[in-house]
Amino acid sequence: MIKIENLCKTYKTIQALNDVNLQVNKGELFAFLGPNGAGKTTTIRILTGLTRLSSGRVMLNGFNVENPGIESRRQCGLVPQSINLDQELSVFENLNIHGRLFRMNKQKRIRKIQELLDYVEMGDRKKTLVKNLSGGMKRRLMIARALLHSPAILFLDEPTVGLDAGMRRKIWALIKKTQQHGITIFLTTHYIEEAEFLADRVAFLDRGNIVVVDSPGNLINSQGTWALDRLMEDDMETIYFNDRKEANNYIAIRKDSFTLRRVNLEDSFLALTGKKVK
Amino acid sequence: MIQGTLAVYYRELLILRRRLSRLVPSWAVSPLLYLIAFGYAMGKHVTIDGHTYMEFLIPGLIAMSSMTQAFAISGEINIARFYWHIFEEIQAAPVSDFSYVLGEVLAGMTRAFLAITVILGLGLLFGVVLSCNAWFWLAVFLNSFVFASLAVGLAMLVKSHADQAMVTSFVITPMAFLGGTFFPVENFPFWAQKIINLLPLTHASTAIRTASYGQTPSLFSFIILGVTGGVFFYISVLCVKKAKD
Repeated sequence: MIKIENLCKTYKTIQALNDVNLQVNKGELFAFLGPNGAGKTTTIRILTGLTRLSSGRVMLNGFNVENPGIESRRQCGLVPQSINLDQELSVFENLNIHGRLFRMNKQKRIRKIQELLDYVEMGDRKKTLVKNLSGGMKRRLMIARALLHSPAILFLDEPTVGLDAGMRRKIWALIKKTQQHGITIFLTTHYIEEAEFLADRVAFLDRGNIVVVDSPGNLINSQGTWALDRLMEDDMETIYFNDRKEANNYIAIRKDSFTLRRVNLEDSFLALTGKKVK
Repeated sequence: MIQGTLAVYYRELLILRRRLSRLVPSWAVSPLLYLIAFGYAMGKHVTIDGHTYMEFLIPGLIAMSSMTQAFAISGEINIARFYWHIFEEIQAAPVSDFSYVLGEVLAGMTRAFLAITVILGLGLLFGVVLSCNAWFWLAVFLNSFVFASLAVGLAMLVKSHADQAMVTSFVITPMAFLGGTFFPVENFPFWAQKIINLLPLTHASTAIRTASYGQTPSLFSFIILGVTGGVFFYISVLCVKKAKD
């Protein structure tokens, strides 16, 4: 569905992406995980045709992103990181503009708008001005808008950034539900739990390089099952164990204070890159 | 192509409709002050080429207003680009650069035509009836086309709202005062006339004024405006392409 070959992007002297190779399968929910500045947004911008690539090749559902025809643009639905809705216009007007931009006929447009507003539980907000919506509602509206022209691939760039925990979970449920409708989802995030909960596969991105691609389960298990965190003077030491008993035995023979927890993707990222995601 | 243009134009019209009640008074304030201060108070006893100063001034204000209002679309584009990030939504859609520019230019021209009707209404209040013939509307059309096209291109080149304000200060404001709006270009020294005659607004105000006196404007002015508008439009399409980093 998505095929990235030797993708490089350079901004003047900064190498934002360095020889990225990746394949995302149809119906898969793929997450790009990395700290700020890793190249996640640049990747999404290139995949959606917003930014030109420096070298390499990107194919979306058989269409080359460098030849942006109508069909190639229709393959993608994009939910960017920043809220990019017309604040002075209503929910319906925002969606209607999107439908017109994607050349949907009036009948289909009106039907799909109502369908998607119900889908994101905003069916009663059609006439509400966007500026009067909450942050979570705006995010849901952006997802509805990205799905309006029935794309094969949905790109979500940090879809829950700035939302509270409750709303974040609501968006996660919506993303999962969307994947169940057969849509391929490409997600960038720097929230560990988001990638863990949602993704079928995760790629760790660090300074424009893909470090590893695997399922969250495999990546977590590669470090062990339990982790002990010990606060040091200016850092945190983490020790990994395969079972809880082993970890408890380790604590018992030491006087230091430890925090016992389950291993997560952050540990895997830390082990592979030497740095934290956030 | 036409669907993309219409979608961009439709979006601008929705925003315009939402703000119309605030925009109409703002379109009226400056011309009204110019009419009172220059036309009524200062120019009461002035005649130029056999016409009252008010009859001279109103076509100039129409030229100036069609320029400033068509150019104001650059502000809307910048808000959409830097503040609301709507430009990304359009870039990600199957809308060609040409369609996008055309949609925005049409929106700028629509603003200009609406603002002009306000001035024509004010003119009536001051008892000035102009001849709004086909030449008059053609000159307004071309003038607004020139400055809306310029606006889209510049909106793509600037990097912030501050840059946009600077462009207005250095390009639009001097032209508004020097382009034959408030006084005849012939009053300038010969060398200055040469420079001022290079400004598209000078040709627009001359053509609009001549047409509003019921005479036929020079074809040369229309050609200048048409060619300038075409060049600005083409450059704008290139600028939109370049705006993709």
